[in-house]
Amino acid sequence: MIRIEEVTKRYPDGTVAVDRLCLEIPDRAITVLVGPSGCGKTTTLRMINRMVEPSEGAIYLDGADIRRRPVTALRRSMGYVIQNAGLFQHRTILDNIATVPRMLGWGKRRARERAAELMERVGLDASLAGRYPYQLSGGQQQRVGVARALAADPPVLLMDEPFSAVDPVVRKGLQDELLRIQDELGKTIVFVTHDIDEAIKLGTRVAVLRTGGRLAQFAPPAELLSDPADSFVEDFLGADRGIRRLSFFPSDGLELTTDPVVRAGATAERTGGFGAPYLLVTDAQGRPLGWSRPQDLAAGGADPGRLLPYGRPFVPGTDSLRAALDCAVLSPTGWAVAVDSGGRVTGVVSQQTIGEAIRGAHAGERAAGEVAR
Amino acid sequence: MNVLGFVSDFFGDSAHWHGYDGIPHRLLEHVQYSLLALALAAAIGLPVGLVTGHTGRGGNALALLATAARALPSFGLLVLMAVLLGIGLVPVMIPLVVLAVPPILVTTYEAVRSVDPSPVDAARGMGMRETRILFQVEMPVALPLILSGLRSAAVQIVSTATIAAYVSLGGLGRYIVDGLYQRDYEKVVGGATLVAVLALVTLAVFWAVGRLVVSPGVRRH
Repeated sequence: MIRIEEVTKRYPDGTVAVDRLCLEIPDRAITVLVGPSGCGKTTTLRMINRMVEPSEGAIYLDGADIRRRPVTALRRSMGYVIQNAGLFQHRTILDNIATVPRMLGWGKRRARERAAELMERVGLDASLAGRYPYQLSGGQQQRVGVARALAADPPVLLMDEPFSAVDPVVRKGLQDELLRIQDELGKTIVFVTHDIDEAIKLGTRVAVLRTGGRLAQFAPPAELLSDPADSFVEDFLGADRGIRRLSFFPSDGLELTTDPVVRAGATAERTGGFGAPYLLVTDAQGRPLGWSRPQDLAAGGADPGRLLPYGRPFVPGTDSLRAALDCAVLSPTGWAVAVDSGGRVTGVVSQQTIGEAIRGAHAGERAAGEVAR
Repeated sequence: MNVLGFVSDFFGDSAHWHGYDGIPHRLLEHVQYSLLALALAAAIGLPVGLVTGHTGRGGNALALLATAARALPSFGLLVLMAVLLGIGLVPVMIPLVVLAVPPILVTTYEAVRSVDPSPVDAARGMGMRETRILFQVEMPVALPLILSGLRSAAVQIVSTATIAAYVSLGGLGRYIVDGLYQRDYEKVVGGATLVAVLALVTLAVFWAVGRLVVSPGVRRH
C-alpha cells in the first residue's frame, strides 16, 4: 500500500501545488487522481517516485518511508508511463521495452525475450519488434510505453495522463486493454487524468482534487456519482451523472419477455394474439430482424424491407442497466432487445420495466447503505 | 594561362609527387595538423557542451564566450602567438583550436538542450542515472547535430591550417605561401585546389561517419 501522509508541495515562488494531502492507495487496484489543471494531480504522482520532493509530510510504500531507499532503486520498482509515451527514438521497439531489465543487469537475450513477451501482452504485433518509434502510430507508441513500464514486473505502476494525446477511439481501446492487463497482473496502479469519464471507467477508487491541491473526495466511482461530497465534485462530474451511474448496475436482473418475439415464416398462427403493439421478428437462428405491427405481419408476412429497425441490442449480464436503457431509448418501439453472446434473441424489455429496475436498484443500494452504517 | 591550366601543370609535374615538398608529405602534414586541432577542440567543446546542454545551465555565458572567440582573427592570433611563444606547433594550434571550439561547443549545447524532454523524463522516472541519461538517451538523439558542429569545425580547420606555413611549418599552406613569394601561381593554385579537395573529403568522411553512428530511428528526423 502507498500511504500519502499530510503531504504539501510548496514551490519557491509561494505556489502551493499540493496542500496537506492524505491518501491511502490500495494494493492491486487502480487509483485515479483526477481534477482540473493546477490541482496538483501530476505533482502528487511525481512525488511517489520522488521526481518531485514534498515540502512537508511523507509518503510510505508498504510502511517504509520512500526517502529511505536510494532514489534509483525506488524508481526501478515502479513502472512509469507518461503522456506521448516518451520512447527512445534511437532504439527499436524491442530495445525500448527491454530498457529497465537491461538497467537491472539482465543479459541482452533474456531482456529481449522478456520484451517480446510484453509486446504480446499489450497487444502489439511481433512484427513491430525491429521498428523504430517514428514508424508507429500514437496508440501503438503508448502501448510500447506501457510494455516498457511493465518490463521488470514492478509491483507499482505510475501513469501520468497516458492516453490523453490519442484520439477517442484509440483511447477507448487503450483503456480496455489496461483493464484487461490489470485483470491479469493485478498491479498497484496510480493513474492521473483530467478526464472524469476516464477516471470513472478505470478507477477502483477515484480521488478528485480541486485547484490548489486539496482533496475534494476519495471514493469508488459509483459512490462518487451517487453521493458527490460537494458542489465542486458535482460540477466536475457533469450533468448526466444519474445516467452514467447506471453503468454500475448490472442488467441481468431485468425481467425479459419473449411473448412478442416471433420467427419469420412461423408468423401466421401467432399474429395479434398478445395485444402487443409491435412484434419482434427473428430469423430461423433466432437473430433479430426488426419490429413489425401484428396486422402488417398478418397481411404481408415478414418482409425485411418493411420492418422497423431494432436498434442496438444489449447482452444481459455483460452490459449494464445504462446500456439496456440506451437500447430502449434508441429503439423506435421503446423496447430494448436482449441477445446472448451469439446474437440470438433471449427476450425483449420495455422502457417501463427498465425504469422500474433502476428504481429498484437505487432502493436496494440505499438499503445496503443503511445496513453498512 | 588559366586556372585549369595551372591545376593540370601542377598535378602533372612529377616533381610535385615525391620528396619533402611533395604532395603526399605536405598532405600528410596538413591532415596531422587538422586532426590534432580538431581533437583538441573536441576535447574542450564536447564535454563542456554536453554537460551544459544536459543541465541547461551556463548557456548564455557560453554563447557570449563563443561569439567573442569567433570575432578573433585567426591570422592575427597566429602572429601574436608566434611573437609570444616563438616558432613551433603550439602557436599554430592555439588559433586553430580557438577557431574550432565555438562551433563544436555551441552546437553540442544546443543539440543536447533541444532533445525532446519526454524521453528524458521517462528515463529519469524509470530510475536511470544522469550520466546514463546523457549518454544513452540524449546523446544518440543529439548526435546528428553534434556531428554537424564537428563537421563545420573540421572544414574550418582544414582551410585555416594553411596559416601554419606563415610560421615556417609545413602543410598545404606551404605551396600557397611559397608560391606567392616566388610568384609561382601554378603552385598557389595547386595548393589551394588541394585544400579545397581535402575540405570536400572531410565533408564526405563526416557523412559516412553519420551513416555509421546515427541510429536509423533518429536519422529519419
